[in-house]
Amino acid sequence: MTNSFSEFSRAKMFMLIGTNMTEAHPVAATFVKNALLKGAQLIVVDPRRHRLAEMADLHLPIRVGSDIAFLNGLMHVLIAEGWYDQKFVDSCTVDFDKLAATVMRYSPDYAAEICGVPAEKIRDTARRISSVKPMMLCYTLGITEHTCGTHNVMSVANLQMLLGNVGMECGGVNPLRGQNNVQGACDMGALPNVFPGYQKVGDMALRAKFERAWGVENLPAATGLMIPQMMEGLVDGKVRGFYIFGENLANTEPDIRKVEHELASAEFLVVQDIFPNETTRFAHVVLPAAAWSENDGTFTNSERRVNRVRSASVAPGEARPNWWIFRELARRFGQNWASDSAREIWDNELSVLAPQFGGIKYHRLEGDGLQWPCPLEDHPGTCFLHQDGQFTCGLGVFTPCEWTPPAEVPDQEYPLVLSTGRRLAHYHTRTQTGRCEGLNDILGEETADISPADAQALNIDQGETIRVRSRRGAVTLKARVTTEVPKGMVWMAFHFREACANWLTNPAFDNITMTAEYKACAVAVEKIHANR
Amino acid sequence: MTENFFSLNGNEVDFQPGETILEAARRHGVVIPTLCHLEGTTPTGACRICVVEVEGAATLMAACATPVSAGMRIKTESARVVQTRRTLLELLLASGNHTCAAGPTGAGSWTEAQMRARELDGDALCPAWGDCKLQELAFQYQAKPDRFVPAPDAPPPELANPMIERDFSRCIRCGRCLQACNEVQVNRAIGFGYHGTQSKIVTAGDRPLADSNCVFCGQCVQACPTGALVDKKSRDRWRSWEVEKIRTTCPYCGVGCQQWLHVRDGRIVRVTAVEDAQPNQGRLCVKGRYGYDFIYSEERLKTPLIREGDRFREASWDEALDLVAGKCKQIIAESGPNALAGVSCARSINEDSYNMQKLFRAVFKTNNIDHCART
Repeated sequence: MTNSFSEFSRAKMFMLIGTNMTEAHPVAATFVKNALLKGAQLIVVDPRRHRLAEMADLHLPIRVGSDIAFLNGLMHVLIAEGWYDQKFVDSCTVDFDKLAATVMRYSPDYAAEICGVPAEKIRDTARRISSVKPMMLCYTLGITEHTCGTHNVMSVANLQMLLGNVGMECGGVNPLRGQNNVQGACDMGALPNVFPGYQKVGDMALRAKFERAWGVENLPAATGLMIPQMMEGLVDGKVRGFYIFGENLANTEPDIRKVEHELASAEFLVVQDIFPNETTRFAHVVLPAAAWSENDGTFTNSERRVNRVRSASVAPGEARPNWWIFRELARRFGQNWASDSAREIWDNELSVLAPQFGGIKYHRLEGDGLQWPCPLEDHPGTCFLHQDGQFTCGLGVFTPCEWTPPAEVPDQEYPLVLSTGRRLAHYHTRTQTGRCEGLNDILGEETADISPADAQALNIDQGETIRVRSRRGAVTLKARVTTEVPKGMVWMAFHFREACANWLTNPAFDNITMTAEYKACAVAVEKIHANR
Repeated sequence: MTENFFSLNGNEVDFQPGETILEAARRHGVVIPTLCHLEGTTPTGACRICVVEVEGAATLMAACATPVSAGMRIKTESARVVQTRRTLLELLLASGNHTCAAGPTGAGSWTEAQMRARELDGDALCPAWGDCKLQELAFQYQAKPDRFVPAPDAPPPELANPMIERDFSRCIRCGRCLQACNEVQVNRAIGFGYHGTQSKIVTAGDRPLADSNCVFCGQCVQACPTGALVDKKSRDRWRSWEVEKIRTTCPYCGVGCQQWLHVRDGRIVRVTAVEDAQPNQGRLCVKGRYGYDFIYSEERLKTPLIREGDRFREASWDEALDLVAGKCKQIIAESGPNALAGVSCARSINEDSYNMQKLFRAVFKTNNIDHCART
C-alpha cells in the first residue's frame, strides 16, 4: 500500500475495486465504514454486490475480467472533459500522450460494451471521482488474479496518477495484501529476482555486497523460477529437488489434478510445516516447524509496518523454528551462520543489508512498529509513499494497457463464469482455522453461490446439492442462492478440500507475474438428480 | 486564548473548543469514572456515572456528553456527586444479577474480596470477576447491593452460538456493545429492544446471534464492562489475575492487527485487541479474536518424518537434515544448483523467509526461490 490504514477513517472518497474487505480484511473494512458514517463517498467496482457494495453510493458491477476496459473508459472521460489533474500530470509524470492515445479508443460506449456498466454510469463515475480530492483507491486479488493482472494494476495506477491522487494522505494506490506476511516475504527476497530489500540479483555490485556479507563467492546472477515454472519443472525433471515451506500447494494452486500430478512427479520433496496436509502426502521428508506464537520474530503488514511477533507457548515435541532449520542445513554445507535468533538475523543482517530497513531495529519495535522505508535509526518511518509526487524512479510513468479477455470465457458447454475468493470465518485451506474451536460451526462447508436468476433458470433450490463442472474437474456441493452474485456467475472459495474451487480453476497465468487466473474460468452447473 | 479556561476542582485549566468535560479532565489527569462511554464513539450519556457538579446548573451534568465552556466551575468528586454515583450504582446492582459486591465474598476490603474470590473460583463465580467495571466502581463508591428491591429475573442466557455467551441478568444496558457493533465495527447486528424494565439488547427480530447479522467479531465482548458478554472459548479458563498478557501480531490477513494474548500456564486462553494501537485501534475480527487454538491441536507435526514406501517413519533431526542435505548435494553435483527450487511461506516471520532465501542463494547457489506473493 502506498498509504496507511490509519488514513482510512479520514478519507473523503473511496474507490474499492476487486476487494471484498468485510470478509478478506475485516478490520480494514471497519475503517472504511467509519469514514462512510462521517460522510465519505464510496464507489465499489465489483461484479458481486457484497456488504460494502450494499453500503456504497455507487456500485458498479462490471463483468469479471473487464477492469481495464472500465478504467480506460473512466480515463477517456477524464481526459476528454479535461477533468484530470493537469498540474500533477505535467510536473510528476511522463508518457501522458501514450496513455491518452490508448484510452481515447475506450469511449464510454465502447467500454460499456465490454464491462457491462452503462456508458452514462461511466461518465457519472468519472465526474464524481474528479470532483473530490483525494480519492483513496484500494484493491485486492480481484485486480491481480487475472491473466491481465499486471495490466490491471498498471491501469489502477494510471487512474490515480491521472487524478493526481498519489503522494498524499488519504489517497494512493492501496493493494490489501492477502496473507499476514506476504509483504514481508517479498521484502525478505523470497522472490526469484531480488535479494532482501528488492535489490536485483542481476546487479553485479549488489551481488558483490551480498557475497561479502554472507562470506561466499559466485552468487547466481540469473533470475530463478517462479512457482508455476517450478511445478512444471517437477514433471519434466528440470527441478529434481523441491522444498516447500509452509504452503499447502496441493489445495491452493489452480487445477488440483494437475498440481497433484506435478507434486507426485517430484524426485525429492521436502515439506516443512506445522500440520500434515494435502501437500505433505507427497513429501519424502517432512520437517516439523514451530508455529505463530511459538517463536519471536516480525511480520510486515500491507502498509509496510514491521511489527513484533512474540512467543506465548512452547512448540510441541521436536518442532523447531524455521530459521533454525535453514541454519542447520547451511551448517551441513560447511556454512556457519552467526545469527542465532530472529532478532540477530534482523538486527545484524537484514537491516544492515537492505537500505529501506536500515533504521528498523528490534529495540524500536516495542510499540506500534515502524513503516518502511526507514533508512536511519532516527527516521520515524513512512506513512505514505511518493510525497509531493516524488516517485522511486523519478517521474511516474504512465503505462497504457489494452483490455484482454480472461483466458477462458463462458461458452455453450460451460455457460457460467466461476470466480473465487475467501470467506470470513476461514483462512485458505483451513489448516489453521479448521482446527479452532467454533470456526467450523460458523462455516462448516463450501457452497456454490449463484444468483436467483440462474437458480430459477436451472430449477435449483436454496441449499440443494448441485454439481459444478469445469474442463478440469467437478465438485459436488450445496447451492447458496444469493443476490450478492450477478446472473451468469458462480462464486466459490477454497477453504474445504472436497469442494475446493481449485478442482475447477484454470491454470492460466499472467505472463509477467505468473499469477493464476483464479477469478475467471468457465463452468457448468448441474442439478444432480436431473442427471440420473 | 485566555477565554479557553475553566475551573476543575478549584484549579484554573485550559480546554480545547468542543472538548467534553470528560476529555478535558482526563487530559489534566483528573479521573472521572465512566461505564457507558466508549472511546471514539458518540457519547450517549446513558449511565450517568460520569456526572459532575457544574456551578449554577440545576442538575448534575454528564461529563462525557457536556462540552466545556469558558468559566465553567466544575467539581468532579463533590459530596453530591459521590452520593449520586453511589445511588446510581446501587440501582444498577439491583437491576440484575450483580451479587459479587456482597454476594459470595461479602468482604470488607477489595483485597480481602479478591482473596476469597480465588478460593471460590468455579461456575458460581461471575466470569468477569475482577475484570468488571461495575464491580470496581461499586467497591470504590461503597455501593450497597441490597438498598433497592431487586429487579425481576432477566431472560435466560443465550448460549446457542460458538463464540459469545450472552447473560442478560448481568447486562446493565449501558449500550457499549451497541456502540462497538454499530459505530466501531459497523456491523449493525444489535440494538435496544423493548421498553422499561423489559429493555434488552436485541438482534433484529430478537433472534439468536447465530441467526442475525452478527459476524462474531467479538467487539461487543471486548466493550462489555460486566459479565453480560463473555468469550465462550475463554469461559472457565480465563481469570484476570491468572493471565500474563503478551502483545503480538495476528497471523491471518495482511492488516496485521495487534493482539493481547492472555496466557495462563503457557497456554493462550483468550485474545483481545490492543487498544489505541496501530493499525487496528482496538479492533479484531472473528479469526483474530477466536482463531488462536490451532497451535494446540493434537494433529501438530511433532517430529521429523522420512518416507518409507507408502508410509512415514519418525526420525531424529540429525537423520532428517543429513538426508535433506545429502540429497541436495547429490542433485547439485549431478544436475547443477538450478535443479533445486524452493517455496517460502507468506504466513511465517520475516526472519524465516530471510534465512530460506539465504540458504538457496548463498548455499545452494540458485535464485529458484519464490513464495505465493503472486496469488
